[in-house]
Amino acid sequence: MTEPAPLPTAADIKERAAEWLQRREFWTWSKKDQAELDAWRAQSSAHEIAFIRMEGAWNRTMRLGALRQPMRQTKRETRARWSFALRSVAAALALVVLAGASVAWLNYTPEKTFSTAIGERKTLKLADGSSIQLNTDTQITLRMDAGQRHVELLRGEAFFDIHHNDHVPFTVAARGYRVIDLGTKFLVRADRGDLEVSLVEGKARIEVLNKPRQSHSAELSPGDVAVASAGSLSVVRKSQTALATELSWQRGVLIFDNTTLAEAVGELGRYNRRKFVIADPAVARRTIYGAVPATDVEAFIRVARSVMGLKVEQRNGEIVFSQ
Amino acid sequence: MGDTPEKNVEAAGTHGPGARMTMPDLRAWFAREVLPHEARLIQYLRRNWRDKSEIEDLLQEVYVRVYDAAQKQLPEAARAFVFTTARNLLINRFRQQQVVAIEAVADLESLEISADEPTPDRTAIAHDEFRRLQAAIDRLPPRCREAVLLGRIEGLTGREIAQRMAISEAAVSKHLTRGMSLLSDLLHREPLLNRDLGESDPS
Repeated sequence: MTEPAPLPTAADIKERAAEWLQRREFWTWSKKDQAELDAWRAQSSAHEIAFIRMEGAWNRTMRLGALRQPMRQTKRETRARWSFALRSVAAALALVVLAGASVAWLNYTPEKTFSTAIGERKTLKLADGSSIQLNTDTQITLRMDAGQRHVELLRGEAFFDIHHNDHVPFTVAARGYRVIDLGTKFLVRADRGDLEVSLVEGKARIEVLNKPRQSHSAELSPGDVAVASAGSLSVVRKSQTALATELSWQRGVLIFDNTTLAEAVGELGRYNRRKFVIADPAVARRTIYGAVPATDVEAFIRVARSVMGLKVEQRNGEIVFSQ
Repeated sequence: MGDTPEKNVEAAGTHGPGARMTMPDLRAWFAREVLPHEARLIQYLRRNWRDKSEIEDLLQEVYVRVYDAAQKQLPEAARAFVFTTARNLLINRFRQQQVVAIEAVADLESLEISADEPTPDRTAIAHDEFRRLQAAIDRLPPRCREAVLLGRIEGLTGREIAQRMAISEAAVSKHLTRGMSLLSDLLHREPLLNRDLGESDPS
């Protein structure tokens, strides 16, 4: 043999390279760590190559977040910067609605309406520590008195983070159903055909408004999504990740995970006044992964062009996607 | 033990003056010019080497030889150089083994490598890249995929991923390591995706 076979197998070295790379990408990374990695790479060409190879593949997955890329610079700090940016945006949009102390709240009866425009988000902070986040194009009325806290979701989507109080129930009414909080975080969406109630934490109950005793009711646990129409109520389960994806609007981001272009464009349309048209059914069926700032249509167009290779034209105020 | 593979490699692979490279240049060169041939290279090694459990080590050996040679002098035609290196490595191994499959020899003899074959059209590949990534991601085990997506799409840190998935940080670390490792194979080796590379089989 010209050279003896190295002791660690190629598979071992590959594993080790992946180990290093994930440490650098996802965990705290000091100068000392960097020095150790450099030393490991310098130990043999096999190490060096394994790392180049691992990094090469991983860099390609950057496109998964491609829609977000214009906003990032370099790997490590950007993550922090990005979430910081989102938090600042959220903070800027947060609207503190409360006036007075919590006692005042409990005696506070008049009904009040809150709404958001297309592309806008608002957070309502209630005196009892609960909060309500309104997504794009949403309208609610809020009524609070000594005995109850009640919201009517007239249109759109809202996320409820409710401090449970046995004596003062919190209810949300929408589309002929009522959701009763039993100590929860939940999302109510009434912008599509069916009403959807997703339970993120705690417990809640959903029932038909007029006939609460009838079979149209269900108790929800975390991960449950109740889908209710005039005639029926069903409950499906979603993974944590799927739920997190649905809630990504809270951070101003839309997450697409194996989403068809048609669905993606539909979602984007909720946050933007511009109209989207997909000229070709085959294009509509193509699926995408990625995250896009909800109100940045240009970023989406950029990726449709460069990553998906689509033609995107703007005519008569419409944005047209084609092959 | 006859002639060293390096001699053959240099005779076949390098031309002209070549250039000494800095470390970052060399790394970039390797990623750009050598790694894209991995799907074909693996295919070639598999076809010509009986013990499939040794393919990974053979691949590594080819890479190390290419890399070390490039450090001294940069080959002009990377693709030809890579396959010549692979061929010479196999021939050398056959000699040591003293048991050679006849087909394998025939295949090796007939191996012709054209140095001026066009490199894959990068723009055409870019258009398929997103789909290719999706296909690769889809093939990860579910938990692994979840961790990778949370990291890559949502930009979460390892700690945040642990919280989101309600698992330990050590477990996240394992999922990410596995995910990266699998992705490196899926992305470097998916032959249908490299259609430009895949059609022009040298044998």
